Amino acid sequence: METQPYYRALMRNMMLIVILVSFAPLLLISALNEYRFENSYREKVIAHLMEVVQKHQQGITMFLNDKLAYVVNLANSVSYDQIKDETYLNHKLAILQKSYGGVFVDLGVVDDQGLQVAYAGAFKLEKADYGKTEWFKKAIHQNYYISDVFLGLRRQPHFIITVKQKHDGKDWILRATVDFEVFNALVESVHIGQTGSAFIINKEGEFQTKPRLDPKLSLEFQQKFISIRDFQDASKMNKPIEPDDIGMGTIDGKPFGDRGISVGNVNYAGRDFIYLITPLKDKEWILVYQQEDADAFSDLNQTRNLSIIILVIGGVSITVMAFLLSRKMVAHIKKADQGKEMMNEQVIEAGKLASVGELASGIAHEINNPIAIMVEEAGWIGDLLDEEDLVQCQNLEEFRRALSQIKTQGSRCKEITHKLLSFARKTDPRVREVLINDIIEEIVSISGQQAKYNNVKIVTHLDPDIPQVGASPSEMQQVLLNLINNAIDAIGSGGGNIEITSRRNGQYVTIDVADTGQGIPQAMMNRIFDPFFTTKPVGKGTGLGLSICYGIIKKMGGDITINSSVGMGSTFHIHLPAPKSENQNQQ
Amino acid sequence: MKTVVLLVDDEAPFVETMTKRLIKRDLTVISAYSGPEALTKLDQESHVDVVILDVKMPGMDGIDTLKEIKKTLPLVEVIMLTGHATIETGIEGMKLGAFDYLMKPCDIDMLLQKVQEARAKKDKHNEKIAQARIQEIALRHGV
Repeated sequence: METQPYYRALMRNMMLIVILVSFAPLLLISALNEYRFENSYREKVIAHLMEVVQKHQQGITMFLNDKLAYVVNLANSVSYDQIKDETYLNHKLAILQKSYGGVFVDLGVVDDQGLQVAYAGAFKLEKADYGKTEWFKKAIHQNYYISDVFLGLRRQPHFIITVKQKHDGKDWILRATVDFEVFNALVESVHIGQTGSAFIINKEGEFQTKPRLDPKLSLEFQQKFISIRDFQDASKMNKPIEPDDIGMGTIDGKPFGDRGISVGNVNYAGRDFIYLITPLKDKEWILVYQQEDADAFSDLNQTRNLSIIILVIGGVSITVMAFLLSRKMVAHIKKADQGKEMMNEQVIEAGKLASVGELASGIAHEINNPIAIMVEEAGWIGDLLDEEDLVQCQNLEEFRRALSQIKTQGSRCKEITHKLLSFARKTDPRVREVLINDIIEEIVSISGQQAKYNNVKIVTHLDPDIPQVGASPSEMQQVLLNLINNAIDAIGSGGGNIEITSRRNGQYVTIDVADTGQGIPQAMMNRIFDPFFTTKPVGKGTGLGLSICYGIIKKMGGDITINSSVGMGSTFHIHLPAPKSENQNQQ
Repeated sequence: MKTVVLLVDDEAPFVETMTKRLIKRDLTVISAYSGPEALTKLDQESHVDVVILDVKMPGMDGIDTLKEIKKTLPLVEVIMLTGHATIETGIEGMKLGAFDYLMKPCDIDMLLQKVQEARAKKDKHNEKIAQARIQEIALRHGV
């Protein structure tokens, strides 16, 4: 009972060790792989994104330069007078549209006051006054100008390319409108995965293209994002964005770096985004590529999830295995311990019996001689009493009674010493095949007289088919006689029954000796086979009978067990191993 | 003719009392307190009929003494007394030619009976030998 915690601790320790030893390398390898893989994969993904962004940056720049170059060409190749002619302008527009598709929407010639002097296109904007517009204010001071996207007079998003020329000391401007949709398509074509999209913003944070996905989120975010950047000072573009700038996460942006691209992470509305930012159009515009982290690294996440699942399944199975294994081991150990304990007990028991036996035989030898002398002396006195003429002696009868008492007690001593000796010595221990039933009948007939005298009926139920067992007949007699005598004593003067049953019980032949006596209290059960343990009144028993039986039966490879309840009686079961050959014969 | 008994035991009080009791029962008793002494007494008193011999004695024990007796005087009958009767000692004694064995303490009447039986056996043997002698002599004379 107190060993229970010991086994629990043992099991727990074994389980922990197994789990620890299995998990430690698993976790270490997983963590290492995960770390290495994630790093290199991230680098790859970002490198790829940078490649894409850079390509588009170059593409957009080329597009703009290309268009600008045509407009410049056009402006240089014609005179103001020629271009003022709307027919000629229309002709030029037709050529442009023919060679560039729908890129150029219209052409216009604007004088230094912002008045459109000639127009070719679909919007009927002849004589429009651009004098107050932002783009005109800028365009009039520069040789070339590309505007931001704006709605303008036509109320449609577009941007314009202007080239300033001089005629008669006065500036004039050739203005070409580039279709927003065409330009937008250029940027929109950048989409990777589910959430990867690109867009362009200007210094004010206004979209120059339509964001492909979730424009609201992007707009809201971009406004916050852009608000912290001072686009007025283009030099600051090369500074990394500080985490605090965003106030809602980190953006470990590097400066535009070797390739002019800044990479950063932003946490927005609980989602991680990766950002690649690169300047366009002399840093007036910014090309922004955004993608959700989870999307950009979806392969990585899938791999990670898979390995976590494998790890969890592996962990669970390791734990279960560790549990089962350690439980099994502990059960084995427990069983082995119990076996050892039992063995120890038996060894101690055997040792006890052996030492008691030696002691007993020594004592018996030493006591027998003095007793013999005492009995002889008493006999001698008896002889002398016969010789003397003591008729007148009043105490003659008392003398005779005393002498016979000495004789009786002497023979009682003899009996005790003989029992002690038979406990120690081996009464014809030669084993042969015996019929247990014969021995039982023999002993019952011997004990019959004594039983009748004690008002006890002995009933036998003998199975005629039980096999012969290997036993020493004299020892078996002794065992049965001891048990029957005990049973008679247990029944006492009130009378009762003794039932003796022989039966086959698997590999054993079992003899049951059941009495209707007083029973054995539970407290005495453990000591009942101990030498010199007796409950009989002084002088009635030596306390050796059952320990002799125990020794004999154990020596034969059998067992002796008791069922008893106080007041109801006791049953002794003797189990003797049936010989193997006999089993085969029976089959 | 009284039966002559040699009583051998290392326990002097036992020998003394037993001697008295046996004498009282019309036996001639010679006592000895050890194996060698018994053998010496046997040499001196050649008319001993029965030896009552204790098995357990210091020095030369009952079994050895029995062997010696049977070697020199095969016709003398021996009754063994043992502290405890084991079948083994009994059988061994019988094999060596003991007449019977008794457990100590023994009943005097039982002992007496055994002594008489032993005496009778010895007498019978002697008679046979005597007759054989007579026949031998007769035959010799006849020749």
